[in-house]
Amino acid sequence: MFGASQVLLILRRLVGLKMPRKEIEINDKIEYLSVLDENGNLDKQLDPEIPDEILLKLYRIMILGRKFDERLLNLQRQGRIGTFPPISGQEAAHLGSVALLRPSDWFVPAFRETAAEIWRGRSLESVILYNNGFNEGVNIPQNGNDIPISVPVGSQIIHAVGLGWAAKYRQTDNVAMVFFGDGATSEGDFHEGLNFAGVFQVPVIFVCQNNHWAISIPRSKQTRSKTLAQKASAYGMPGIQVDGNDILAVYAAAEEAVDRARSGGGPTLIECVTYRLTMHTTADDPKRYRTDEEVEQWKQRDPVPRFQKYLVDKGLLSEEKIAGIESAVLEEIQAGVDKAEEQMKTLGNPMHMFEHAYAEMHPYLQEQKEEFARQLAEMNEEGTHG
Amino acid sequence: MAKMTMVQALNLALRQEMEKDDSVILLGEDVGLDGGVFRVTDSLIDQFGENRVLDTPLAESGIVGMSIGMAVYGLKPVCEIQFSGFSYQNFHQIENHAARLRWRSQGRFQVPMVMRTPYGGGVRALEHHSESREVYWAHTPGLKMVIPSGPRNARALLISAIRDPDPVIFYEPKALYRAFREDVPEDEETMPIGKAQIVREGKDLTMISYGAMMRPTLEAASELNAKDGVEAEVIDLLTISPLDDNTFVQSVLKTGRAVVIHEAPRSFGPGAEIVSRLMEKAFYYLEVPIERVTGYDIIIPLFSREKAYLPNAHRILRAARKALSN
Repeated sequence: MFGASQVLLILRRLVGLKMPRKEIEINDKIEYLSVLDENGNLDKQLDPEIPDEILLKLYRIMILGRKFDERLLNLQRQGRIGTFPPISGQEAAHLGSVALLRPSDWFVPAFRETAAEIWRGRSLESVILYNNGFNEGVNIPQNGNDIPISVPVGSQIIHAVGLGWAAKYRQTDNVAMVFFGDGATSEGDFHEGLNFAGVFQVPVIFVCQNNHWAISIPRSKQTRSKTLAQKASAYGMPGIQVDGNDILAVYAAAEEAVDRARSGGGPTLIECVTYRLTMHTTADDPKRYRTDEEVEQWKQRDPVPRFQKYLVDKGLLSEEKIAGIESAVLEEIQAGVDKAEEQMKTLGNPMHMFEHAYAEMHPYLQEQKEEFARQLAEMNEEGTHG
Repeated sequence: MAKMTMVQALNLALRQEMEKDDSVILLGEDVGLDGGVFRVTDSLIDQFGENRVLDTPLAESGIVGMSIGMAVYGLKPVCEIQFSGFSYQNFHQIENHAARLRWRSQGRFQVPMVMRTPYGGGVRALEHHSESREVYWAHTPGLKMVIPSGPRNARALLISAIRDPDPVIFYEPKALYRAFREDVPEDEETMPIGKAQIVREGKDLTMISYGAMMRPTLEAASELNAKDGVEAEVIDLLTISPLDDNTFVQSVLKTGRAVVIHEAPRSFGPGAEIVSRLMEKAFYYLEVPIERVTGYDIIIPLFSREKAYLPNAHRILRAARKALSN
């Protein structure tokens, strides 16, 4: 009937706690889940048995996410898009989790979940438009429950709690899934978000993509905690650490958490241990703070070949199919780039910046808009508007 | 009509709006069983239950951030921050998200939330319980900033704020919570946000104020009339942002003289914006420089000296007489 910790507690009560204590053991036990090893070999007992069509869709979007990331970096280096945060290396962590959501669930991203956004239906051209500084790149469908990316680290975590609370209040079985990185766990909003979630028992899944680096600050300097997942226990919720480069492990953990949330069992924290293979954003040079050897080690654990091997072993992929998917994905990316470049030709009008400030534009803002329109017309006439 | 304090009138607004619309949710520290430290939410938990009136953990960013999530979903959260002095701990949620999600999402989402919070001095409180920082919010695009001055307009404006599709920061002048009673009709009454009110008509001088400063301003206006024979026009802004400049500009076109009164510090205060609008829209009609009667550019002193800091009828009178002297 009693667990080990309760037995210990009872013993302590009997014996009395000797103060001061000499060696204090910090309780940092946490479950760790890994299904595919570094070479993509399966632990058969742990296979989450994902339906084939989902496996293939996950694989396609994973390849799309990776190749699109590479293309974006290329475009950025050519000066054809602005600064953006690459995702390479983290595809399994955010795809394996988002795959459990229904369209009516709430997706609350940070900013390094591009493959998950694509999974949810975001178009490639919209990503390019956004990264080229056009608000029109955020084109959430009117019934879409996808929150736009959130730049201030960790600040979106608590929004998921409000969304989850509302979903429960309206007696739906929808859940909210929120993403953030290891750095975000140091923010006050991480604490407030998880604490509120525990108190209100909301259907929220907190997915931490621990990629080991918050720009130049390593995970070890972010917190003294042995794991990030163990923080869950302080909030009275289950926490689990998974190999975030193993899409099957991420999926299995997310499936359990989403099912629990849907059926009224409350929130979960999932720590996906992963790695950012490239830079924080394109404005960052990771060589200043980490070694090539470290990056090389993580390349050995790249989520893509591991998943690919699993699918080949399972008979779902062949060399031919892999090549077919890759060329289809590259075509899709080219089409996205072409579409974005075509659309941008029509998006030059700066008057758009006055849109969506308020439900109804107030008179003084209307005056400013008219003033700007007049100046713009005059400058266009003079040829002084760049 | 019943005679009510501002606390009772605000309570009535919340009760009626919650009866009418089950998407209205209250949340904050001590708003449930305790009814709020000023009792604005008194007994609402008895009528609506814990699922409509949420006693939250003690965390301002959490309260506001959770409200944002609820509002994005389509609910109408009304959160209470116990004192505006603690709202800086949730400032980033308002600035980064509440004010921007409509814009960021290209109109897909909106944030129809209200952040209610008591502000201002005059109640002999502790540090962080007396300041007047409305400009932080008024300066933030995407927000509306409302400050009532009496029980009746507080009730009407709070209902309008709850129904507004944009986030509204609703500052309640705590010095007026129980300072006086007014007739408040039982039947629903709203007032437009973004509209000032002429509360006393006059032709000689325009006095522009809001919130807790309306009382000393009106006192000074009566005194001017009784002792100097001056007819001052007094304008209650009611909304700080978006600022209704038309009402005070029209008044100054008539009077040519203006005094602006607020308890917020002088530099970059609401007065700076009001004076700028008058420069833009009434400059050639001004007979004399515009006077400002404000708090000073210091932290409001602890309560034994707060009266010295806060504008009063005497200071307002001196400024008004100066504006009338040439």
